[in-house]
Amino acid sequence: MVQLHDDVFRSLGDPTRRGLFEFLCLDGEQTVTALTERIGISQPAVSKHLGVLKQAGLVTGRQEGRHTHYTARKEALAPLIDWTQRMGGFWDSKLDDLENLLGRMDQ
Amino acid sequence: MTEVGMQLRSVVKERRFAQSPEKVWRALTQKYLIADWLMANDFKPEVGHRFVLDAEWGQITCDVLAVEPQKFLSYSWQSQGLDSVVTWTLTSTADGTHLKMVQTGFGADQELAYRGATTGWTRFLDRLEVVVCDHD
Repeated sequence: MVQLHDDVFRSLGDPTRRGLFEFLCLDGEQTVTALTERIGISQPAVSKHLGVLKQAGLVTGRQEGRHTHYTARKEALAPLIDWTQRMGGFWDSKLDDLENLLGRMDQ
Repeated sequence: MTEVGMQLRSVVKERRFAQSPEKVWRALTQKYLIADWLMANDFKPEVGHRFVLDAEWGQITCDVLAVEPQKFLSYSWQSQGLDSVVTWTLTSTADGTHLKMVQTGFGADQELAYRGATTGWTRFLDRLEVVVCDHD
């Protein structure tokens, strides 16, 4: 059955997290400070969002002195890219069942 | 929206049935018939009605968005963090019914402008094309 990857969808369901992830994908590794300046919300808020992304496996953090540098894990996007394929398979099978039901309604 | 962006957003399925649109419509909108081919549910063909589809792996929350008997039906489909909309379009043909199902994801906040940032799903999925190509 269609088990979508909740974490990835839920994490990216938030526009701020999507923005953070997008910046990291497009511009490479960045510190919380750099991301905070860019996105225009408080540093604790940025850290909290990065924590959610990290839990979903979408970013990784690397400690260097007082700073944590974050990097996007692009391969974690696979469930998002696969969702149409998975749902496609789901609907194919459900439409087979619908066809079967319609046949029985004829009798 | 680019082609890849579009592919990431929608599932399209089309079928031809020998039965009339009236019969196909019943299968799509009567609770006990829906349960037969899709899932257990508390569907009602009334715009604004909220219903739940029971899957083995959890529940799908839906709101009826549009009902045009024997022609068009649409409901939202929210499950596991995915916000999507399912639409059914029925067309009467010489030998039965042509049915088209479209499920579109990530539509809910596409108009949302967040502090001028480029974070709408639509834009994000378009940009994802770059990310995906990069990853390959």
